Amino acid sequence: MDDFSALLAGFQVALSWHNVGFMAVGVILGIIVGVLPGLGGPNGVAILLPLTFGMDPTSAIILLSSIYWGALFGGAITSILFNIPGEAWSVATTFDGYPMAVQGKAAEALTAAFTASFIGALSGVVLITFVAPLVAQFALRFGPAEFFAVFLLTFCSFIGMGRENRAKIIASLCIGFLLAAVGLDSISGDLRMTFGSTELMRGFDFLIVVIGLFGVSEILLTVEEGLVFKGKQARIDLMVVLRTWAGLPRYWATLLRSSIVGMWMGVTPGGAIAASFMGYGLAKRFSKNGKNFGKGEIEGVLAPETAAHAAGTSALLPMLALGIPGSATAAVLLGGLLVWGLQPGPMLFVEQKDFVWGLIASMYLGNLAGLVIVLATVPVFAAVMRIPFSFVAPVILIVCAIGAYTISNSTFDIWLMLIFGVVGYVFKKLDYPLAPLVLALVLGDRAEDAFRQALLGSGGSLNVFWANGLVGTLVVLALLLLFWGPMGDLIAALRGKNHPKTAEAAE
Amino acid sequence: MKHHWLAAVLPLGVVAPAFAWEPTKPIEIVVPFSAGGASDQMARTIQGIIQKHQFTTQPIIVVNKPAAGGAEGMLDIQKSAGDPHKLITTSSGIFMTPMATKLALNWTDYTPVAMLAQDSFLLWVNAKAPYKSAGDLIAAAKGAATPLKIGGTSSKREDNLIVFAMEKVAGTKFAYIPYTSGGQASTQLSGGHVEANTNNPAEDLANWRGGATRPLCVFAEQKMAYTEKVADGQSWADIPTCASQGLDVSYQMLRGMFMPGKVSKDQQAFYTAMFKKVSETPEWKDYLARNALVPDYRDGEAFVTFLKADEAKHARLMTEAGFMAK
Repeated sequence: MDDFSALLAGFQVALSWHNVGFMAVGVILGIIVGVLPGLGGPNGVAILLPLTFGMDPTSAIILLSSIYWGALFGGAITSILFNIPGEAWSVATTFDGYPMAVQGKAAEALTAAFTASFIGALSGVVLITFVAPLVAQFALRFGPAEFFAVFLLTFCSFIGMGRENRAKIIASLCIGFLLAAVGLDSISGDLRMTFGSTELMRGFDFLIVVIGLFGVSEILLTVEEGLVFKGKQARIDLMVVLRTWAGLPRYWATLLRSSIVGMWMGVTPGGAIAASFMGYGLAKRFSKNGKNFGKGEIEGVLAPETAAHAAGTSALLPMLALGIPGSATAAVLLGGLLVWGLQPGPMLFVEQKDFVWGLIASMYLGNLAGLVIVLATVPVFAAVMRIPFSFVAPVILIVCAIGAYTISNSTFDIWLMLIFGVVGYVFKKLDYPLAPLVLALVLGDRAEDAFRQALLGSGGSLNVFWANGLVGTLVVLALLLLFWGPMGDLIAALRGKNHPKTAEAAE
Repeated sequence: MKHHWLAAVLPLGVVAPAFAWEPTKPIEIVVPFSAGGASDQMARTIQGIIQKHQFTTQPIIVVNKPAAGGAEGMLDIQKSAGDPHKLITTSSGIFMTPMATKLALNWTDYTPVAMLAQDSFLLWVNAKAPYKSAGDLIAAAKGAATPLKIGGTSSKREDNLIVFAMEKVAGTKFAYIPYTSGGQASTQLSGGHVEANTNNPAEDLANWRGGATRPLCVFAEQKMAYTEKVADGQSWADIPTCASQGLDVSYQMLRGMFMPGKVSKDQQAFYTAMFKKVSETPEWKDYLARNALVPDYRDGEAFVTFLKADEAKHARLMTEAGFMAK
């Protein structure tokens, strides 16, 4: 149990007064960064990175990872209050979080989201603590074909598990793929679909699309409804937290399932985005209250948050053990490690034991500090919902515009954001789901790269997708999930001749 | 923060300025690659050195603009003509991105500041692979039913050129697999998903030391200079050249700094002097040794001459390989 005593020593380092202070400062900065759309975790960490150069590496990584936790928690706040996800993995949180806020249950939704984040992150840290070397080896088995299979699994689970009209899901997914293809194609090195425009060369940044599709379109819809925003006068006090907690044990199955999905997706570098969507999709299918999903079901907040954070945390594992960043924020943290003269990779666990275990200990503590601080802010944020929407809307729009602009200092992006606002509005009016579009935009080009890399290697033979047990299992699982939904519908439809009610439920 | 504010103001009033021009705002270093890559590491190391030695009173900010194979960062500098508070780190991409994409970009529109080093490329294989030399790999490639897979970073860039040159010299075919970063190419090699890669020293260093990959040879005319033991009881200097193993391919890549166009001579002189000082610090020498870079500091005419020759060389290589955009 060498590792265990190393961990205890790590706790001692992390628990010194000034390190606890850094934790609190980091979490608060992180929340601010997470709440402002466009700033986001990676940028926040990047901006603050130079501040840490004078510090010793352990304190520096504690400060930075606390910013990371704060940003992770903060991303859920705008998703729930304004339907604007700050990060890609918060998209699924809006599906039920925002309806809850509109119903005056913002405090419950925030508490649920924060607690779920905590549970997810904690399961990720536990995974890192105990199985780091094993898991790192497993991640090495992922070549292009396996990567593609993981992405395929995510897409298929979304089509198969969705309860919306499947044709509409596929249409939305295809539009997302099309948008993802714009810009430089990394396999051929050529520019695609840029029509000679230098602005389009960057491709469509996911955040701009999401701010438009979710945030701006929601404002348009609310304006159309005549600005009668239901500024619910829910009683807001810290007791809400305890009441919400009392209800959580009932959802243990969802929490457990999402944690496992998240850890799996974090380690196989599928990432937090894919995990949050899968967590939500699976919960929707297996929950008793599945048909209420999308209308303000607390489980719909718990599932994606747990999965996203389990994945986000587990993603730090490949970064430390292999030097591959599992997320954008992890990539910036990786840059930080290098500046402090620490070379991530297989040798880090051997050569820099103190640092690694100090970091792992700070993950436990930073996460806990984060939970306490964000829960204390729940009443403040929930109170925002009492301000009449006619005051809030212009502010949101301005913050959105600033966010869109900051991503690459381009006014073109503000126009893009407004255009996607209209697109989102039309989608909602026509009852097309937005999530598949976002999913395809984020993962589409990565899936394409992996697919083409795999085929380049196999000389064009598709056999590579069932060449070994791992990739074969993933592909079969993906196809099972894809056909699960349609088969379920078919069976329900056949039975429906006798029991009309079931057909209705399957919709 | 107070201290910082004072530090920024004091030199103006008290100390006589040593230069005809000094920065008055934070300086932005644009990295046309993503965070964590070799260019990004270099920029962040320089940022640390400048701040530690207080070569300027202004803060340094590193900004990543990786889209479109670095063209995003290059366009940003193109648009910032006349802005003396911007710098861009460059590699051979400064010639290749415009050649491969037909974008209206040209290094002559920028102001050359200083060349800092040259980066080598090596032929790496999995530690468990049977190959003892580049010759073994070529022999295996010739006998293979499907072309052997070689990983590298991006398409129509440095690694791709090297693999193309290998095919030409050895008279065989490889399947070149483009990854998004050298780190990814290294991980894929250690997982056995490709037979070899053509990474820079820094990109495969961690996996070499971790016993997952090992170098066969270096694509250079001479062996590398660093004699300190790195892994397997070997130093960088122990690695033979590829030419000595019958694979006559050599290629090196510049690493340097540019400013936007239309800046004044005084502004250029300030940064040239600053990078000269950076190149003489012990931290910079450590950085070069750690990443096995070839020290090669040039500024002024020497740098411009190098750029012209290097551009002509790349135009030739890219045309031969058919990578030029039509």
